[in-house]
Amino acid sequence: MSKDIRIKKGLNINLVGKAELATSKAPASNVYVLNLQDFHGITPKMLVKEGAEVKAGQALFYNKNHEAMVFVSPVSGELVEIKRGDRRRILSLKILADKTQEQIEHTVPNLNNASASEIKAILLKSGCWPFVKQRPYDVIANPEVTPKAIFVSGYASAPLAADLDYVLKGKESELQAAISAVAKLTPGKVHVSYGGSNSPMSNLKGVELHKVSGPHPSGLVGTLINKVDPINKGELVWVITPQDLIIIGELLLTGKFNAERTVALAGSSVKKPQYYTTKIGSEIATFLYASGVNGEKFRVINGDVLTGSKSKQDGNLGYYNNVVTAIPEGDDYEFFGWNKPIFNKISTTRALTFSWLNPKKKYDLTTNTNGEHRAFVVTGQYEEVFPLDIYPMQLLKACMVKDLDEMEQLGLYEVAPEDFSLTEFICISKQPHQQIIREGLDLLQKEIG
Amino acid sequence: MSLKSTLHDLKEKYKGKKMAPAFNAIHTFLYTPNETTHSGGHVKGADDLKRTMNTVIMALVPVLLFSMFNAGYQHYAAVDAANGIIRKVSLFENFLTGENFWIGVIKVLPLLIVSYGVGLIVEFIFAVIKGHEVEEGYLVTGMLVPLIVPIDTPLWMLAIAVVFGVVIGKEVFGGTGMNILNPALTIRAFLFFAYPTWMSGDKVWVYDAVNMAGKPDAISGETILGYLAQGKVSEITYSVSDMFFGFIPGSVGETSTFLILLGGLFLIFSKIASWRIMVSAVIGALVMGVIFNGVVDAGWITETSKFYGLMSFTFWKHLIVGGLAFGIVYMATDPVTGSQTNKGKWFYGFFIGFISVMIRVFNPAYPEGVFLAILLMNVFAPTIDHYVIRGNVNKRLKRLKNATAVATGNKSEKLKAETV
Repeated sequence: MSKDIRIKKGLNINLVGKAELATSKAPASNVYVLNLQDFHGITPKMLVKEGAEVKAGQALFYNKNHEAMVFVSPVSGELVEIKRGDRRRILSLKILADKTQEQIEHTVPNLNNASASEIKAILLKSGCWPFVKQRPYDVIANPEVTPKAIFVSGYASAPLAADLDYVLKGKESELQAAISAVAKLTPGKVHVSYGGSNSPMSNLKGVELHKVSGPHPSGLVGTLINKVDPINKGELVWVITPQDLIIIGELLLTGKFNAERTVALAGSSVKKPQYYTTKIGSEIATFLYASGVNGEKFRVINGDVLTGSKSKQDGNLGYYNNVVTAIPEGDDYEFFGWNKPIFNKISTTRALTFSWLNPKKKYDLTTNTNGEHRAFVVTGQYEEVFPLDIYPMQLLKACMVKDLDEMEQLGLYEVAPEDFSLTEFICISKQPHQQIIREGLDLLQKEIG
Repeated sequence: MSLKSTLHDLKEKYKGKKMAPAFNAIHTFLYTPNETTHSGGHVKGADDLKRTMNTVIMALVPVLLFSMFNAGYQHYAAVDAANGIIRKVSLFENFLTGENFWIGVIKVLPLLIVSYGVGLIVEFIFAVIKGHEVEEGYLVTGMLVPLIVPIDTPLWMLAIAVVFGVVIGKEVFGGTGMNILNPALTIRAFLFFAYPTWMSGDKVWVYDAVNMAGKPDAISGETILGYLAQGKVSEITYSVSDMFFGFIPGSVGETSTFLILLGGLFLIFSKIASWRIMVSAVIGALVMGVIFNGVVDAGWITETSKFYGLMSFTFWKHLIVGGLAFGIVYMATDPVTGSQTNKGKWFYGFFIGFISVMIRVFNPAYPEGVFLAILLMNVFAPTIDHYVIRGNVNKRLKRLKNATAVATGNKSEKLKAETV
C-alpha cells in the first residue's frame, strides 16, 4: 500500500541538455581522487601511507571520532598523493589505478538472521557506512545512535537529475537486500518514495511506500521527511540515496565493495548528454570529452545545478554524485539587464519576465547571478516554492544572527542545505541560502550536539 | 574600445577603493554585473532588486504624469471658480493641455528632482562610508515622496525632510531592508509635524493658492475631506466620477484612484506587491466606513456634531477621496516595513484600512489618516509576525510533546510487561 504525497509549492527548472536514456561505459580513468570535502564534518586519520599499494575496498582512513568508521578506496592502485591544506588538513587523496584490479572480499553474515549489530559492523568495516547520512545536521550518521526511521527518496526532481527509474533498473535485488538490512537498524519504519508506477522502488518489500508528485522539491528527501514524519528536537533519522543503496546491496550480496555507478552527464555545454557507467572518484574528463563539449567557457558541476559543487574540468566524480552537469559560465555584462524584458531566463515573478507564459520551455541558463547581493527585502516569495511547514526567511535570519533558540524553534533540525536550494534560486536579494543554513547547522551541532 | 570593456577596466581599477560603491552603483545601472555564482546553487533566477524596484516605478509613472496635468488643471479651475465660472472637466479640451502640463513641469518636476537628488546623495554617502553597495530602496521612495506632498511644498523644506527621512528613517537602522518605518512616510510625517501650516488647511493643495491668499482674486484649494471635516457638505461640487478619475485637489499624486487601481493590478499581476495587504486594507476601510454610517443611521450623533460630515460620508467613497488608495497600493505593500508572513499580511492590511478611516473621522486638525495608520501598523507589524510565527513554533512544540508522550507511553507499557 502506498500513500500519495502531492507537492504544490515548488518550481520545476527545465534546462536544456537532459541526459538521453542510453548508457555507455566510460573510458577507464588513470587516477582516482577522493575529495574529503564530500564528507562534511569528518576529521580523517590516515591508515595507509603515501606511496602504499591499496586494493579496491581497502580502508584508506578512518573517522577520528569513530574509529570503526572507515573510508575505502574505490580501486586498487597506488596512493600517490595526500594533498594537504592549512594546518596540514587533508584535502584529497589521489590513487593511481592498477591495470589489473584486486578486490577485498568480506564475509557477510546471513542477512535473514543477522542481528542489527552484525549488520552495522559489516557496513562500517566495508566502508559502506559513509553512505548513511543523518538528519538533523545533514552529516554522516553516528553509528552509536538509533534513528527513529530511515528515509529513501526514489524520485529525482532536481533540474537535469539522473532518471532514477532508468538508473535503478535491473538492480532490484541489490536494493531489496540493502533495504532489508538497514531496516533492522531502526525500530521505526523505512520510508521510500517513488515517482512513476514502473519505478523499481515501488516493488520493495518491508517498507512504507509513498508515491510523490508535483514540482521540485518533491524529490528531495527533506520534503518526504517533512510530509511523513517531521523531525522533532532530540530525534534523528537516517537518509540514504538509492544509488548508494545499490553499492550497499551489492556488498551484502557478494561481499565486495563495488564503487561502480551509473552517472548522468547533462547540461547545455555537453554535446551529447547521456549516461555513463564509471566509478566513484574517476576523472570527469574521461566521459565529459567522450560526449564532447560546446564552447570553451563552461563550468563543470559535481552534482545538479542547484546543489552540486564546482569542479574543475580535470576534476573527479564526487563520492555521492550520480549526475555531472556542464553549463556555460556567465561572466559577462548585460546592457540594462535589470529593466529590459527577459525571455530567456526563469523567474517566478512577472516583472517583465516572461517564463510564466510557457512553463514547459527549456532554458539555457548560465552561472551569472543576474544581479548583486542585497539585504533581504521582498517577502512572501520563498513561500511559493517552499513546501515545508517552516518559515524560510525567518529561519535564515535566525541562522544569520546565530540565535540558537530561534533556530531550534523555527525548525532548523528538520532541514538540510539542499532544502533551501530553490529559495536560493529565486532569491531577489541573491543571498547564499544554502551556505547560511550549512553554517547554522554546524553551529547548532557544535553548541547542542 | 567599447563602453562595456572601458567600464570593466575602470571597475577593476577601483576595486577595493573607497569610492568603489559609488562607481559600481552607476556601472550596475548600465550593465548587469558579470558576477557568477560561488556557493550553493550554480544558476539563479532572473529577478534582482533593481528589477523589483523598477516594476514599482513603472506602476507609478502613469500616476506621476496624471498629477502633472492635474496640478495645472486644479490651478486654472480654482482661478475660474474665483471669477465665478464653474469648470466642467473634459479630458481633451481642458485637462490634457500644454498649459496644464507646464504647471506640472514647474511645480511637480522640481519636487521629483529634489527628492531623488538629495535622497540619492545621502544614500551614496552612506554606502561609501559603510563600504557596501548602494541599495535600490530609495528608487521607489524618491518617486513616492513628491507624490504624497502638497503641491506648494517649498523645495528647501522637502530637502530637509528627505535628509531626515533617509538618515533617521532608514540608514540608522542599517539601510535598505532593515528599517522599521516606511521612509517615504517618515518624510511625510516629518513635514507634517515640523511645518503643519504648509501641510494642511485649504490653501496648500492648489498651485499659487498660498500666494494669492488675502488678495481680491484669492483662490481656494480645499480638498473634499476638508469640506467634509468642516461640515460643508453642500459646497462639494465634485461628482463621483471626478473623484474616481482624480480631477480633484489633493496631494500631488494621490487623486486618481483609477490610475492607482491600474497600478495596483499591475503590481499584483507581476507578483511584486502583496495582494493580501491590498485586499484586506480595502476590506478594513469599508468595514470602518460601514460602522460609521451605521452610527449616523442609528441617530447616535446629530448634524451638529463636528464628526457628522465625515461619519455620514457614504462608506465606499472613502476609497476614492484622499490618499487612502495611494497608501494602500504603494505604501502599505512595502515588504520591508510591512508584515512579512502571509497570514500576518491579512491582519496588517485590515488594520491599515480600518485605522485610516477612523483617524480621518476623529482627527480634528487634519482629515487624512492613511499615512499615520500605515506608520502605526509599521510599528505593530513585527508584533503581528511574532504571533503568527509563534503559532508555527507552538505546533512544533506540540508535535514534540506528543512524540515524547508516545515514547514514554511505550516505555511504561514495557515496564509493566516486565513487572507482570
